[in-house]
Amino acid sequence: MIDTKTYGEFKTSWCPGCGNHDVLVAVKEALAGQGILPHQFVMVSGIGQAAKIVHYLKCNGFNGLHGRALSPAQAVKLVNPEMTVLVESGDGCTYGEGGNHFLAAIRRNVNITLIVHDNQIYGLTKGQSSPTTMTGHVTKNNPLGVFDQPFNPVAVAVAMRAGFVARTFSGFHEHAVQTIVQAMRHPGFALVDMHSPCISFNKVNTFAWYKARCKEVSHDPGDWASAMTVAATFGEEIPIGVLFREERPSKDAQLPQCADGALYRKTVDMEAVKRRMFAHA
Amino acid sequence: MVKIHVAESPRSWETKEIFVHEELHLIMGGEAGQGLDTVSGLLVKAVVRSGRHLLGAQHVMSRVRGGHNNFRLRIGSRPVQGPPDTFHLLAAMSQESVDLHKDKLKDPGIILVDAAWELPAGPGMVPIPFAELASRPVFRNVALLGVIGAMLGLEASLFEEQLKEEFSAKGDKIVSSNLDVLASSMKWAAENAPSLPLPKADDAIKMLSMDGNQAIVLGALAAGVRFCGYYPMSPATSIAEGLVHAAVEMGVVVEQAEDEIAAANMALGASYAGARSIVPTSGGGFALMTEAVSLAGVSETPVVFAVIQRPGPATGLATRTEQADLDLVLYAGHGEFPRAILAPATLEDCFYLTHKAFDLAEKSQGPVFVLSDQYLASAARSVAPFDLDGLAPIATPDLGDTDPGNYRRYNWDGPISPRRIPGHGESLVLADSHEHNETGNIIEDGGIRVRMQDKRQAKMATLLAEVLPPEFSGDEDPDLLLVGWGSSCEVLREVTAKLRDDGTRAACLCFTQVWPLLPDTFMPRLEAAGTVVAVEGNSTAQFAGLLRKTTGFHIQDTVLRYDGRTLTAGFVMERLRPILEAL
Repeated sequence: MIDTKTYGEFKTSWCPGCGNHDVLVAVKEALAGQGILPHQFVMVSGIGQAAKIVHYLKCNGFNGLHGRALSPAQAVKLVNPEMTVLVESGDGCTYGEGGNHFLAAIRRNVNITLIVHDNQIYGLTKGQSSPTTMTGHVTKNNPLGVFDQPFNPVAVAVAMRAGFVARTFSGFHEHAVQTIVQAMRHPGFALVDMHSPCISFNKVNTFAWYKARCKEVSHDPGDWASAMTVAATFGEEIPIGVLFREERPSKDAQLPQCADGALYRKTVDMEAVKRRMFAHA
Repeated sequence: MVKIHVAESPRSWETKEIFVHEELHLIMGGEAGQGLDTVSGLLVKAVVRSGRHLLGAQHVMSRVRGGHNNFRLRIGSRPVQGPPDTFHLLAAMSQESVDLHKDKLKDPGIILVDAAWELPAGPGMVPIPFAELASRPVFRNVALLGVIGAMLGLEASLFEEQLKEEFSAKGDKIVSSNLDVLASSMKWAAENAPSLPLPKADDAIKMLSMDGNQAIVLGALAAGVRFCGYYPMSPATSIAEGLVHAAVEMGVVVEQAEDEIAAANMALGASYAGARSIVPTSGGGFALMTEAVSLAGVSETPVVFAVIQRPGPATGLATRTEQADLDLVLYAGHGEFPRAILAPATLEDCFYLTHKAFDLAEKSQGPVFVLSDQYLASAARSVAPFDLDGLAPIATPDLGDTDPGNYRRYNWDGPISPRRIPGHGESLVLADSHEHNETGNIIEDGGIRVRMQDKRQAKMATLLAEVLPPEFSGDEDPDLLLVGWGSSCEVLREVTAKLRDDGTRAACLCFTQVWPLLPDTFMPRLEAAGTVVAVEGNSTAQFAGLLRKTTGFHIQDTVLRYDGRTLTAGFVMERLRPILEAL
């Protein structure tokens, strides 16, 4: 166990009381509990309030573009399988702008952990609806209420048989920490959809709202059909915990190119280049 | 001068004389799916293996079957430049091909047709009994190969080995059937078809044959490429495919991403983690990557984009060629940051400039572009082996871990800060898309912003220090100076030589780096010329515009091709006529 102070303490630009603070603490504890030092992992993020987490943590970090966090994160792991790779961003970044990358990451099954700060609203741009905003929710840009159906990330992930699919709530500290630890230990792509309230712009899905609804699920996470049912449940009851788990070899573990470690350490085999050149004779 | 037989009618022959100097020009036309690309590929290799120089340009339609494709081969005793305009031999696999290309035959020329077609006999028409030579239509392309091979006087062994390689996966029976068709076709041609002797072999050097994209692949491998992110798009895909085939042996991860946006962002992630990265694409795909170009700029991440141009806007002409994405590549990405754009003119450039692009990307810690085009990418050519031993080493990241507690990724000690690799030692490496301070942390302070922007812009000096000057050839103080870039350069050299042979004081200025530009290296040339003409494969003379913007020098006259076809010496000469008359 490492002291969580190892990961630094920074002044943030998050609102006091924002769920992001709780996610940050949970991530630090999950890292400390596993004895992972700052130089041993890379934190990748996109754009949004959640994505600023890279700046509030002593770590190797790649704070990239809106919606694109998963792309560089997977590549980091593919060229350096020794690194622990975490991705954090919000629901708009991950499921909206980055929707296609989310689907592809599930298929690709690179051994990384994605933690989505899901507050069902856009915080950084001050209160527009996000892909997970519930139908009927009146927001700044939806005065008549949201007409669209919300995207259900965990149901989609389970439907695609993502290797590890979990839902948790930043307000349940121990649950959040343990869920992140399990996700990181899963040898493949792991999704943690973390409900984390936006206290400034989402007056519907508040701390109290999630607290009253989030209940630990009691089912066999290896049972896909049951996981589909649990993952699809969202409303008066929100099942949290590991919804689905299934192990299969991760992509990074299957590439023979990386069998002997990080690619940046390889030197150029000019004899092999020469053979390839003369193959054009 | 070589004497050959040319048929006056399908069954009768008489001797005519045609001039076959140092070059022989062939065109093969037919529908997609008839196996012409296979014939072309096998013929290219056999001709180069026989010691001749060669250029093979392809004109294909964006379809898998039908339509009309053609392959043009220019064969010489000495290195050949640019595709040919007229031909000694037309090998037609479809009747349409005869109609389309018969006017491009030299006089006299030979047309190979199917004996089964009911075509009026004409001079040079040679009917091949495909029905007898190829028991099944699928063998017709090999029959054609045998006929052409025998006419050119190539040894059967030059084809046999290749056919074995080509078809071995399909089983011994397919191999032996192909070999039988080849043998009987060569025998038939030796007895019935005119001979069309190849130019003298050049035994000075053992040559290789490949296309521009294959040379880019070799250049990247020689530079130690470790990651390729791509989304398939003609004509760039073959770069990714080449790297896929080398991936396991050479230690390269090649990822077909879900879209171009992911491909480019993956390349940046891989590069951040220390893997030299390349992103092959074409204009339409590159358009989607521009936000990642900007990210490479602000995060100071090395990356090589190989942009292989084809005609736009949007989907344009998917399998044709153009040089119209210079402006796109030059201005891609929001905000301001330095970049270099290399534009290969030859196969050698494709190799050496790709290698250099990786070095420049590392040195400047930013995006560097190899701007090629469909013609150069897919034209097969003979080439001397590249000088692998003479390659300069590629710049490397900072693999030390000195004082990790105080490491600052973007320190202000100079324009190029030490780039460390995450996980290598205890230094923490923070890359950021936001404006940031020296450690990489997000800031909004105006003063830091200005310093950081100045630091990034100062990297231009690193790029300027290595600018490739344009190559000048021809008469000093010429009456006519042709200016071109990228793949049009070879045509300019050929046209310049022709003009000088005809008595015009001519020269050409060929740019293989189009950004940044060092005016001192070419302004005296522009100012000394009587008339300057920009020759480009686009409709707005983009490079001439860039020269004007950079130097104030306005090139009034242009020869522009934007019909999707390759610039040729014939095309340029024709368009130059009014300008020459006005000289």
